[in-house]
Amino acid sequence: MSEVRVGVFVCHCGTNIGGFLDVPELVKYALSLPNVAFTQENKYTCSETGLSEIKKAILEIQLNRIVVASCTPRTHEPLFRSACKEAGLNPFLFQFVNIRDQCSWVHMHDKEAATKKAKDLIRMGVANAVLLEPLEELKIDVNPKAVVIGGGISGMTSAISLANRGFEVRLIEKSEKLGGTLNNLYKLYPTQIDASNLVTAKIGEIEKNSRIKVLTSSQVLDVDGFVGNYTVKIKQNNKVQNYDAGVIIVATGADVYKPSDLYSYDGERVITQLELEKALKRGEVKAQRIIMIQCAGARTKERPYCSKVCCPTALKNALLIKEKNDDSQLYILYRDMVTPGTEFEDLYGKAREAGINFIKYSPEKEPIVENESLKVYDELLGEELTLPYDLVVLSTPMVARSDSKELAQKLKVPVDEHGFYLEAHVKLRPVDFATDGIFVCGCAHWPSNVDESIFQAYGASSRASIPMSVGYVTTEPLIPVVDEEKCTGCGLCEMNCPFKAIKIEKKEKGRKANVIAASCKGCGTCGAGCPQKAITMKHFTDDQIIAQVRALAEVTS
Amino acid sequence: MEEKPVLIIGGGISGIQAALDLGDMGIRVHLVEEKPCIGGRMAQLDKTFPTNDCSICILAPKLSDCFRHPNITLHTYSEIKKVNGQKGDFTVKIRKYAKYVKEDECINCGECNAKCPVKVPDEFDVGLRNREAIYLYYLQGVPPVMTIDREHCLFFTRGVCRICEKFCPKEAIDFDQKDEDVIINVNSIIVATGFDPFDPTAITQYGYKRYRNVVTSIEYERLICASGPTGGHLERQSDGKPAKKIAFIQCVGSRDVKNNRYCSSVCCMHATKEAMLAFEHDSELKSYIFYMDLRAAGKGFQKYLERGEQEYNISYIRSRIANITEDQNENLVIQYDDPETSKNKKVTVDLAVLATSLIPRSGVEELARILNVELDDYKFFKTDPLNPLDSSRPGIYVCGCCRGPTDIPESVAQASGAAERAAETLFEVVIT
Repeated sequence: MSEVRVGVFVCHCGTNIGGFLDVPELVKYALSLPNVAFTQENKYTCSETGLSEIKKAILEIQLNRIVVASCTPRTHEPLFRSACKEAGLNPFLFQFVNIRDQCSWVHMHDKEAATKKAKDLIRMGVANAVLLEPLEELKIDVNPKAVVIGGGISGMTSAISLANRGFEVRLIEKSEKLGGTLNNLYKLYPTQIDASNLVTAKIGEIEKNSRIKVLTSSQVLDVDGFVGNYTVKIKQNNKVQNYDAGVIIVATGADVYKPSDLYSYDGERVITQLELEKALKRGEVKAQRIIMIQCAGARTKERPYCSKVCCPTALKNALLIKEKNDDSQLYILYRDMVTPGTEFEDLYGKAREAGINFIKYSPEKEPIVENESLKVYDELLGEELTLPYDLVVLSTPMVARSDSKELAQKLKVPVDEHGFYLEAHVKLRPVDFATDGIFVCGCAHWPSNVDESIFQAYGASSRASIPMSVGYVTTEPLIPVVDEEKCTGCGLCEMNCPFKAIKIEKKEKGRKANVIAASCKGCGTCGAGCPQKAITMKHFTDDQIIAQVRALAEVTS
Repeated sequence: MEEKPVLIIGGGISGIQAALDLGDMGIRVHLVEEKPCIGGRMAQLDKTFPTNDCSICILAPKLSDCFRHPNITLHTYSEIKKVNGQKGDFTVKIRKYAKYVKEDECINCGECNAKCPVKVPDEFDVGLRNREAIYLYYLQGVPPVMTIDREHCLFFTRGVCRICEKFCPKEAIDFDQKDEDVIINVNSIIVATGFDPFDPTAITQYGYKRYRNVVTSIEYERLICASGPTGGHLERQSDGKPAKKIAFIQCVGSRDVKNNRYCSSVCCMHATKEAMLAFEHDSELKSYIFYMDLRAAGKGFQKYLERGEQEYNISYIRSRIANITEDQNENLVIQYDDPETSKNKKVTVDLAVLATSLIPRSGVEELARILNVELDDYKFFKTDPLNPLDSSRPGIYVCGCCRGPTDIPESVAQASGAAERAAETLFEVVIT
């Protein structure tokens, strides 16, 4: 083996690191470590300038291990690995040392001790880097078919756009017809278009597209496989069938919270906004004096979030009633009117002009619904009002589907504390899951309006189409290797694996563990639990771990 | 036959995301940005709500991905001059302004601007510091090359100097460069030109530009950012002293019949974030957020406001501020109606931050004319409510803040969505 030549790049990260650690001292120190041939400090190692410094050093100083001491591998490892690759170095000969999140940020008030800790971290990183081995990425073919779960506006939109691009789509709907929540709605805000027109138009597009197969009255029983090669087991009526797909889009929507004893809810004189919507659709709203209560069951201890769609919905319905019957008296009791953007704020202005009354209440003094009238403390007037009513309408929030957790487990994707699906990154990956090849859109992700559901659906289609367009995916090669001499086929690894990525199979030498590379996320749980020490996790070998411990203890063996 | 590329106008987070999605699908993209570097408004922010991720840290990898992507051609310091044709076949004239620096040669070493004698207000840092006439648009900017600003360069204004040329170790300076028109043929167009912050000078009662310690949100973002003009130290513009009490004034220019009737959507959240960041710098710090309605409808937003109130010493006060006055120490006196007691109250603060509206970019009318698409009443790009990323003209799609105030996750989802619409168009054209 040729001489190991490590290059260490220490990043200031603006002042995130440089402001709290002595970076020049770290650079000087790194150069004193065994096998280190080059060190450098960068204002931002991740900038194009920083990256070209790394590439230059690989080529000019023949570095064959790169250590970057900066932020977190979560966001930046792919970038630095690519830089190594571009300079002709195997990307897995790169080692990350996190001196920001785990050092400068947590020890902001003690520069000396933090710098000492950063030295320890760098010394351990270098010790590990020396033992790194080049690894190769795997290419796995992608089946260019999609399964879309949920036949509401999001799912339909997603299915249509993927089919328009030439991909085969299975659209799975739990109920007997497509349309989802829109089937219960009357008019859409802010356009006042009939919800049923939109549904009919989308169903029309689906029917004339031969690439979409719709399965109604169907549910997902199980999901197996990995990006590019999923198998979705679906039960339609009593028939169970497997469908192969490269990608899966989750568009299962949300439920609307149905109250039990909230504000004397009885389903007749005190109803929900969704029930009002259905009544409006049937043309059955006769009440003259109508009071809407916003945040009914929302922004409470049990459901501490704002459901986003309720304010525009209330405004739209109040305006519809007012337009039909100008003598009607309408009150909207709110905590904060949530009408962000241009169109919703316009709707709010229109409602005020139309003579709809707005009363701000606080959760400390909630309205009290009595038999004939409602009592509310008006925060702005500073007095209690008594309002007689014919109908009270409760704007209740959207809640996650009762089976969202169950489906999440089948898909092996996470949900948040409210049961909505949790995306890969709140800011920059809003429609991706962390699991490759699975995407989310619409109310399954978070309460959203129709236009949001539509653009998210297009977004999910875009993301899902990428592996299908390319035709293959490359997976991380940081996977375990099984020493078949040591493996006794006990099956503990199969039980421990959270990704169904290791299975006991019959082989020449008997029952042995077999790793499914594409499903493996490289967590190492199998290796940690193996009683025979038959599993070695590439990149995290015992030798590497021990070398780091020795480096920490400064034992030179 | 090779597929036609897609044109994306605007190199902020929306344009970048649309470009990356299309590029990753194997579709070629031309990304046009009027500034010398891509990154847009997100690059100017310090952190992002509701996770308080460092903005440039999560954006920088995407900038690099764009720069290195084999399917993406960047045209920075460029403008769209003409668009002809129709869906599936647009001919576009792009004017690439001369940077007077050879992009392939410049190594961004900084020798040139260290010597440049000119000092002008820096646009990226919203005038809070000066830059030279040869400059990098911002520290992490992509492409990482210098630009000579011919409006201010002594060679262009007076025919003298050329000192940058002498000191450049790569002979990358080229005073003979000319503006260049590039003609491309594209299948479809995505508009992602973003927003401008509203200038609150005309709302005289808030004293912006009159009182040195009244700043706008975008100025505040630069002041608290580690790579900003003060290195992240939140100093008063008047005396350089650290701010201990801050008032955040919401809806400045928004929900205001005299200026912009609409709600700017993101300000309740970014004010909370900005107050949190100040507290993280100094745990003695006190913030007041004066609001009309708290609009926290996105994922995790409500919880974020609660954390602000409980853990970051923020008081949320529902009151529209009528005016701000200044005392002899240039502290700011905020008068408000206390909603609890209905009495008029005063609070004196060291710094006031105006949450200014997000408004359509200047020049948007000219762009709409060139593209032959409609704008709405507020001059945001008009979209089809049932196909919310489609402009009024087939084959032209819209995403991000140029279609209305939008936060980052929404912009990203829209950008991916617009990429999907453009990709659909391609397929449509190929099969017919």
